[in-house]
Amino acid sequence: MLLAALALLLLFVFPLWSITLTAPQYPHGVSMYIWINQITGDTEFTLQNINILNHYVGMKYIEPDSIPELTYFPYIVGAMTGLGLIASFARSRKVYLAWGIVLVILGGLGIYDFYLWEYDYGHNLSPTAPIKVPGMAYQPPLLGSKMLLNFKADSYPHWGGLFLALSIFGSFWAFLKGKKKNKAARSEAFRTTTTENHLQAS
Amino acid sequence: MKPRLLTSCLLFVVGLFIYSGCGNATNQGALNTSSAAEKVYVAPGEHDEFYAFLSGGFSGQLSVYGLPSARLLKIIPVFAVDGEKGYGFNEETKPMLNSSYGFIPWDDAHHPELSQTNGVPDGRYVFINGNNTPRVAKIDLSVFETTEIIEIPNSGGNHSSPFTTENSEYVVAGTRFSVPIPQEDVAIDSYKDNFKGALTFIGLDDEGHMDINFQVLVPGYDYDLAHSGKGKSHGWMFFTTYNTEESHTLKEVNASQNDKDFIAAVNWKKAEEYLAEGKAKDFPTSYLINRYDETTHTATSITRNSVKVLIPEECPGLIYYLPTPKSPHGVDVDPTGEYIVGNGKLSADLTVHSFDKMIAAIENESFEGEVDGIPILKFEDVVAGTVASGGLGPLHTEFDAEGNAYTTFFISSEVVKWKVGTWEVLDRAPCYYSVGHLMIPGGDSRQPWGKYLVAMNKITKDRYLPTGPEMNHSAQLFDISGDKMELLLDFPTVGEPHYAQGIAADVVKANSKKIYPINENEHPHVIRQEADARVVREGDVVRIYMTSIRSHFTPDNIEGIKVGDKVYIHLTNLEQDWDTPHGVSVLGANNAELLVMPGQTETLYWEPTKPGVYPFYCTDFCSALHQEMQGYIRVSGRGSNVELSWSVGE
Ligand SMILES: [Cu+2]
Repeated sequence: MLLAALALLLLFVFPLWSITLTAPQYPHGVSMYIWINQITGDTEFTLQNINILNHYVGMKYIEPDSIPELTYFPYIVGAMTGLGLIASFARSRKVYLAWGIVLVILGGLGIYDFYLWEYDYGHNLSPTAPIKVPGMAYQPPLLGSKMLLNFKADSYPHWGGLFLALSIFGSFWAFLKGKKKNKAARSEAFRTTTTENHLQAS
Repeated sequence: MKPRLLTSCLLFVVGLFIYSGCGNATNQGALNTSSAAEKVYVAPGEHDEFYAFLSGGFSGQLSVYGLPSARLLKIIPVFAVDGEKGYGFNEETKPMLNSSYGFIPWDDAHHPELSQTNGVPDGRYVFINGNNTPRVAKIDLSVFETTEIIEIPNSGGNHSSPFTTENSEYVVAGTRFSVPIPQEDVAIDSYKDNFKGALTFIGLDDEGHMDINFQVLVPGYDYDLAHSGKGKSHGWMFFTTYNTEESHTLKEVNASQNDKDFIAAVNWKKAEEYLAEGKAKDFPTSYLINRYDETTHTATSITRNSVKVLIPEECPGLIYYLPTPKSPHGVDVDPTGEYIVGNGKLSADLTVHSFDKMIAAIENESFEGEVDGIPILKFEDVVAGTVASGGLGPLHTEFDAEGNAYTTFFISSEVVKWKVGTWEVLDRAPCYYSVGHLMIPGGDSRQPWGKYLVAMNKITKDRYLPTGPEMNHSAQLFDISGDKMELLLDFPTVGEPHYAQGIAADVVKANSKKIYPINENEHPHVIRQEADARVVREGDVVRIYMTSIRSHFTPDNIEGIKVGDKVYIHLTNLEQDWDTPHGVSVLGANNAELLVMPGQTETLYWEPTKPGVYPFYCTDFCSALHQEMQGYIRVSGRGSNVELSWSVGE
C-alpha cells in the first residue's frame, strides 16, 4: 500500500499520456506529452510547431496557461498521496479499498476531462479556418491511432499513466493480500502435502 | 631527328590501336558498369558515407557533395554574392565581402582545407582561400555557413593557402604573385629589385577567430602550394616555388628556364621563438577581418593597420630551400611526416625528399648557397627517391591508409598509384580529361580514410550532354579499396573545383544545427513576438520590424513610406522548427531576396523610387498557404502626408 501511495508521486516525474503525430514530412513524428501539471513536447518548441500545424484547420492554440486542470491536478495528486500514506499506516483493508476506488473515480474523471478537452480542440474550429474539410473533426483518439487528414495520431498512456494504474492495482492488491492472510494457515498445510507427493513421485 | 619521328609514328599507331580496342565510347573508363553502379548507389532516404567539400573555383563558392553518390548537398556562398541566399545582399552579410579595397562581390576560390586535431580532420571548420584579392575564409560546419573572412596583406594571388597544421595552430597563405612590399608605384621591370613574396601564418584563437600572427618575407618567387609537416615533421610548413627566375613577363617561357626551383621549408616553431624575442618588424599595411556573429546574425569588419614580419636574414634557422626539379606544383607530405613529395609539373618524374635527411643536412650545415639569408640545401642530401612514373606533368599527390600514394598527371591525363618508400608504380588509371587536383578523404592527413578517390578534371568536352561552349568541369570517383583503382562515376561540378576535402559523415553530421534558438537571437533589430512588430521613422530612415511565421508576415499592410526613404525591412523568422525558412522580396527593390532561417533576423535595404503600392511575398515555399504569404507596402510621393501605419488581419 505504501508503494501504491508513493507511485503516485512519480506523476510529477513522468507524463501521463502522449500523443504522437506522424506525417510524411515528419518521419520521426511530433510528440506532445500531457502531465498532471504541464504540456510538453520533444523540444521546447514542439507546442508552437503543433499549434502552427493546427491553425490551418482552425483549431485553437494549445496554451497550457489556459487549462485550469494543470493548476489544480497537482494538488489532487498530492492529496491522494498523503491520504494513501495515512491509509498505509492505518493497516486497514477497507481503507485500502476505499482509497483505490477513489483513485479509480478520479482517474476516470481525469480521462473524461481529457476527452472533453480533446473534443473541444477537435470540434470547436474557427469558422475562418483556411482549410475546411466538410464533416471533418480533428479530435485525437483517447487511446489508439486515428488518421487526422495527413497526420496519423497515436494516443497512448505514458509512464505516468502506467504508474497511476500501478498505484490503483497496488491498493487493490494490498486489499486482496490482506484477505489472503486469513486463509494462510489452510493453504500452508495444503502446499506442504503436495510438495511431499512430488518428491515421492520423482 | 629521324629515330624520334619514327618513335612518335609508332606511338601514334599503338595509340590508335588502343583507342579502337576500347570500343564502346559511352562506357569510357568504367570496367564493370553494373558493379560500379551498385557501389555509388545510396538508396533514397539513406545518407552518404562521406562529406566532400569541393571548391567552386571561379564561382567563388564551396560545394558540398555526398560520397559515394556524388549528390550535391549544398552550395555555400563564400567569396561571391549569392542571390539565392541573399549573401552579400542583405545588410548582415555585406560586411563579409568588405576589404581594404571596399566591397568585392567575387573571388576565385581554390583550396578547401578541413581543420585538424592531432593531424586528423575534426569536422569543426573548413577553410578556403580567395586567390584574386588575397583572403582566407572559414566555414563553420555546425551551420555550413561562412563565418569569417580575413584579408591577406603584402600578397598577390593567395594560392598556397589555406593549408593547416596538425592542430590548426595555423592556416597559411603564401603569395603566388610577388608584389612590391609594401605596395608602391614602381616600374614592372624593376621586379628583381622591388618585388617580394610573403608567407602568412594565420593563427586561430580559442574561439576559433582568425588573425595574422606573422608573415615571413621571402624572395620574389611564385609560392604555389603548401602542406604542413605531420608527426615528426610537425612544426614545419612546406611551400613550393616556381619562377625562381624572377621574371615578370611571358612567364610560360621565362619562368620555366631553371632546371630546379625550390620547396621552402619554414620552421614555424622557430618563428614563434623569434616572435617571442621581439624579432618581428611591424610593417604598416591595411587589412580587414570580417566576422559573422551567430547570436547577432550580423557580420562586422575589423581593420588592422600593421602586420608582424620576420626577415630570414635576421632569423637564422627559420627557412630553408630544398632544390626540386621542374617548377613543382603540389607539395604533399605522407601520413608519417617523413616524405615530402614535390610534383614537378614540367617533368615526368616525382621527386620525394626525406624529412630526416633534411634535418641532417641542416645540422651539418651542408648548403650549396644562399638567397636573401635563406640557405639552399643540396639536392643529393635531401632527396629520398624518385618515382619514375611513366606519366607527364605531375601536379598533386594524396595518400591512402596502406602506404600508397596517388598522383595526378595533367598532361598524360591519369592518376598513378605508387608505393611510398619503394617508389614503385603499382597502377594507373586514365582521367577524362586532364586531371588537376585529387582528393582522398583524409588523404592529406595523418589518418586517411582511403576507400575513394575523386579526380577533378580541367577539361570536360564530350563527357556529358553538350551545353554550348561552356561546360561544367567534371569530377570522377574511383574506388581505391582494391589493388587496382576502379572508376565508378563521373559527375559535373560547380565552377572549377581545384582542391577538395573529404571527411567521414559521422564526424560532422551530429553537430549540424537545425534552427537558431530565437531566445538567443541578439540582433539589434530582432523582435521575438508579433506584438512587437512596428514601423519606425527617424528622418528619412524607416525601419520595418517584421516577423514571419506560417503563413503570414506581421505587419503585412504598411503605409506612409515615401519616395526617397531609406527603408530597412528587419525580418525575424519566428519559426523554431527544422527546415522552415521564410524568404521575402519586394517588387522593384534593387536587391536580392532575404532567406531567413528559423530564429534568425535579416535585413533588406530598399530605396523606393516611384509612388505606388508594392507587393512583397515569401520566396521559399513554406507551407500549404505559402502562396497567401504576401503583403503590400504603399509608397507615397516625397511631400505626401500619408501617416505611417501598419497592420495585419485588419
Ligand atoms: Cu513563408
